[in-house]
Amino acid sequence: MDRRKSIKALIIGTASTGVLIEACKTGEEKAVATTTAPVTDESDRMEEEKVFNKKLNDDTFFTAEEMATIGILADIIIPKDEISGSATDAKVPDFIEFIVKDMPYHQTPMRGGLRWLDMQSLTRFEKPFTGINEKQRLEIIDAIAYPNKAKPAMKQGVAFFTLMRNLVATGFYTSEIGVKDIGYMGNVPNQWNGVPTDVLQQYGLAYTEKELKECMSYS
Amino acid sequence: MGRTLQIKKQPKKYDAVIVGSGAGGGMAAYVLAKAGLKVCLLEAGPDYDPAKHSSQLKNPWESPRRGASTKFRPFGDFDACYWGWEIDGEPYTHAEGTKWEWWRARMIGGRTNHWGRISLRFGPKDFKRKSIDGLGDDWPIGYEDIKPYYDKIDELIGVFGTNEGLENDPDGIFLPPPKPRLHEMFIKKAGAGMNVPVIPSRLSILTKQINKERGACFYCNQCGRACKSYADFSSSSVLIKPAAATGNLDIVTNAMAREVLTSKDGLATGVSYVNKTDMQEYQVEGRVVVLAASACESARLMLNSVSIRHPNGLANSSNVVGKYLHDSTGAAMGGVLPHLFGRKRYNEDGVGGMHVYTPWWLDNKKLDFPRGYHIEYWGGFDQPSYGFGFDIQSQNGKYPINGKTKEAGGYGASLKEDYRYLYGSRIGMAGRGEGIALATNFCEIDPSVVDKYGIPVLRFNTKNSDYEIKQAKHMKETFREMMHNMGAVITWGDTDTAENDYGLANPGNIIHEAGTVRMGNDSKKSALNKWSQAHDCKNLFCVDGGQFVSQADKNITWTILALSMRASEYIVDQLKKRNL
Repeated sequence: MDRRKSIKALIIGTASTGVLIEACKTGEEKAVATTTAPVTDESDRMEEEKVFNKKLNDDTFFTAEEMATIGILADIIIPKDEISGSATDAKVPDFIEFIVKDMPYHQTPMRGGLRWLDMQSLTRFEKPFTGINEKQRLEIIDAIAYPNKAKPAMKQGVAFFTLMRNLVATGFYTSEIGVKDIGYMGNVPNQWNGVPTDVLQQYGLAYTEKELKECMSYS
Repeated sequence: MGRTLQIKKQPKKYDAVIVGSGAGGGMAAYVLAKAGLKVCLLEAGPDYDPAKHSSQLKNPWESPRRGASTKFRPFGDFDACYWGWEIDGEPYTHAEGTKWEWWRARMIGGRTNHWGRISLRFGPKDFKRKSIDGLGDDWPIGYEDIKPYYDKIDELIGVFGTNEGLENDPDGIFLPPPKPRLHEMFIKKAGAGMNVPVIPSRLSILTKQINKERGACFYCNQCGRACKSYADFSSSSVLIKPAAATGNLDIVTNAMAREVLTSKDGLATGVSYVNKTDMQEYQVEGRVVVLAASACESARLMLNSVSIRHPNGLANSSNVVGKYLHDSTGAAMGGVLPHLFGRKRYNEDGVGGMHVYTPWWLDNKKLDFPRGYHIEYWGGFDQPSYGFGFDIQSQNGKYPINGKTKEAGGYGASLKEDYRYLYGSRIGMAGRGEGIALATNFCEIDPSVVDKYGIPVLRFNTKNSDYEIKQAKHMKETFREMMHNMGAVITWGDTDTAENDYGLANPGNIIHEAGTVRMGNDSKKSALNKWSQAHDCKNLFCVDGGQFVSQADKNITWTILALSMRASEYIVDQLKKRNL
């Protein structure tokens, strides 16, 4: 593929908007990709944290095009299935936008990785990642999703996809949908009465007489 | 700005001025205020009441960073400790080639709001280590001196555990412990197979209600967030709150102590401090000054309080203030228990922390290191937080998932299956041991650096010695055998060698620092006498970790509480007798 053509396509696709946003930080264009944080209970925050969190929420890092790509990738990694919804159902892209501002060391690997992905897409299909079809997308993803069998030339893509999978999985399983999916049943007032009997039986275990005598029991 | 800086003197004269509101300061405030003395407590951070300010029962999605740490909360966004390894505008420095990690809490209650609640008494041997192995020094007191205070604290604060009749892990007055969790039963079994005792842990958490002011534990596993029901021990809820209710305690928050003030004859007269809110300078007077700012902050305060009578820093004619700084040792290992893959879901939270632990079980005379360690355990179903699901590619290619071998990494519905299958199989263990208090490990005033308040800062000069390194090596060997016996697969902590001191944590990292203002009978070799009272300044006391002669293989909080109660009762008695 003609290299100059691909770069032009890329500029139209993403970069120009990014530059525009940077240039117009105080202008109206800033509305792109802004995530409004939900109003939360801040009684547990010290003053310095409130100021810090507000600043992070007020800033924007990803462009609209980057956010679109993140959304597509997030749902490839965590799609809807018979048990739970998808990563975008769980608002994982909003989490990723926040976390790269909170942890700036993610910014360059994410921005550069997204660009790497677009370059792969342009090289293979003459369109950025958002512009290709699902089969084409999975062709690229399959080349970077399996570290042990990926080709050496794909290493940078593997590193990016691994980071993306980490952030998407963490964002999903810490969401309300994800916590329910994984089956974490705590974080509620409870009375711990020991391991359930059927589970003890399953593993061939039993509490000792000493434990039953000394430990707290609830009837 | 044109504003004139002036020193404002508090008109009210107090019986006692306390610096710091953690375990030591909280207990001093409690005992002194309850005895009817007029007390002023200075705290460098803001007010904190777990009932109002805790993050307890928040879900991970209620933190925008899903519980990840920040510089404000190094143990995570929900953790109940303001600040930690670094504080904006309050630096500390290191002598070249040395390491020290310094945790500082800035809030009412200090670190007790988030601590592990591991509440262990020192045993008889722990006060007489020099007599046993020739290293360090014996304490000027023995177990029999402190036992009555441990007993009182067990009853006042509440701690669960079991009486096991162990020689150096004394019995106490215990509430019933919670039953072991599933992974803890596997740990117990593995321990039994290699003669490592695994017994109920001893945590200051109320499995039963002990008074009207505090609730019973409701098993949310979040003691680290501080308990809104006051069902665990925090100085803020259990000591400061009732002390304030007496009407005898004035609390000044955001008050950063600068110096202990002294009279011409060398006695303490009060404390000067910066009010961090208005940035003005203040002085408060008291008949007695009690330091409880943490081992290193108390030493810093003494070293910064130079006067004609105390040219080497307050009460430092012995030149030991800042020296003998030591922390608990630490090394850890972890992995997964394959027989827990695909396990049945249920609420496994339990109390905040382990339900079982291992006290030190061997004889150091038969080993190549002088002091012991205890083992802490964790595992099972955690509330997901930032980092959950990371590096799945290192796991999902390694074990068959529901009987099917897969390529590592991946995505999609198959990946979701992997996460569900592997969840709850995690296991880990960490050793916490006794380091040796050495004069060559110390903190001192950095001659050229001040913090944002103009207060000279500490420079640290500490190194792990061979004693600690060999102990870490032994920890790793024990953990490896234990993991093997359990059928666990080790996934981290097993690649350590002599090159990295066998994974031994940097000094300071375990946050049990002590020894900088140590007590002793000889005023040439110690700063305090056996009543936590300065040899050189009879109305100055230090009731935090600073006064410790040695650490023991136990967490130090229960002993800080006991020593502070003992010193405070002594202060009440001595004031009554007009000896102070």
